[in-house]
Amino acid sequence: MGMDRREFIRIAGLSTLLGLGGKGAFELLAPGRVEAEIIPAPRSMKAKRWALVINQKKLDDATAQKCAAACHRVHNVPDFINPPDDKLKLNPGVANRYEIKWLWTAHFHNAFPGDAPPHLAEKVEHMSFLVLCNHCANPPCVRVCPTKATFQREDGIVMMDMHRCIGCRFCMAGCPYGSRSFNWMDPRPYVKEQYPGYPTREIGVVEKCTFCDERLAQGLQPACVEASRGAMVFGDLEDEKSQVREYLRKYFTIRRKAHLGTNPQVYYIV
Amino acid sequence: MADYKNEFGVFAERPKVEKKIFDRNKVIAGLVIFLVMVTIPLWQNLGKTVAAPTPNLDTPVIQKLAEKDKKCVMPKEWMRANHMQLLVDWRDNVVRTKEQQVTTSRGRNFVASDKKQYLASLTNTCMECHSNKAQFCDQCHNYVAVAPNCWGCHLETGKKLAEAK
Repeated sequence: MGMDRREFIRIAGLSTLLGLGGKGAFELLAPGRVEAEIIPAPRSMKAKRWALVINQKKLDDATAQKCAAACHRVHNVPDFINPPDDKLKLNPGVANRYEIKWLWTAHFHNAFPGDAPPHLAEKVEHMSFLVLCNHCANPPCVRVCPTKATFQREDGIVMMDMHRCIGCRFCMAGCPYGSRSFNWMDPRPYVKEQYPGYPTREIGVVEKCTFCDERLAQGLQPACVEASRGAMVFGDLEDEKSQVREYLRKYFTIRRKAHLGTNPQVYYIV
Repeated sequence: MADYKNEFGVFAERPKVEKKIFDRNKVIAGLVIFLVMVTIPLWQNLGKTVAAPTPNLDTPVIQKLAEKDKKCVMPKEWMRANHMQLLVDWRDNVVRTKEQQVTTSRGRNFVASDKKQYLASLTNTCMECHSNKAQFCDQCHNYVAVAPNCWGCHLETGKKLAEAK
């Protein structure tokens, strides 16, 4: 069978068109894809850059503990140091190493190492600083994660995708704030009271504060902010009218280890 | 007859080797035992029928629903075949999607075909109605021998986040 050049080009062109159309149709009709039907909840809070201001002047020790407890309760954070059952009690050394912290307190020398003058104000010396993940604008944990299980969202939240974490702990080495904890053992028996709205974690993943992304999606303030009785302010750093910006205009604030270049987004009024 | 050649040299004719199995009885007995052992699972289950799973919809939450509300977020037949895909899509959209070069969460609400919105959540939405995990989920999963690891983290008891305060 002979075919001249014109005939060949015509057939080749037509079959290419057919192939392209066929592929499109195949993708369009492929079963099981429903992703386009997910939308934000009507009340969900949106921001360009979430930030947190902690007013240490207003925050007493009891409130700080309450904030941490509220956070750990709504995120099913296990308590290895005071387990719910005496049978689960661990050797104190082990319990300290296994401890999982999303929000906890530290003294000035630990929270701001190297920043203390030789004679620190007595009040500040004994102050309990609430410390948590700083949701850095330049997060080292995200840079080192080999599976992109931790990533930066467009609104600045440094998120964890637990489904993807392989437990390599590079992020823990990368984080200069110690904000990340590894699940050395099954955390579920150590969760005091299971909070039904949030999952627990499994052995072998790293976890940390997520600025309560699940609450923001429902239009709620983060749990710690709600429990702080006005000592913490959460809002959009890019919005000039937000309360966060108002506080930053009004008060002098410090950030933890800002000299490292991570650009932390938790601000402290001391 | 042509000379027979092998790696040791050229021979006048092919050497005669007696064709027989040494220890014939032992070998055959061994083979029979081996075959029986390998096929034991088949023999054991011969004639037995495993009852097809019958997922149970009888939970307090479903009973309370009005007759017209007794439906899933997607049609039943579709869910039967594709619920795992739906859950993966929910997960990807809630935790992370890549949109316009940024990673973000697309949202948390799933819009069903009748425009009704549901919280895209395994524990808070699926398990809220289907609170009988053993009868509803495990039965089929065991039948087809799959072991999804959802419940390593996600709790079985469902309650709306707002109600859980």
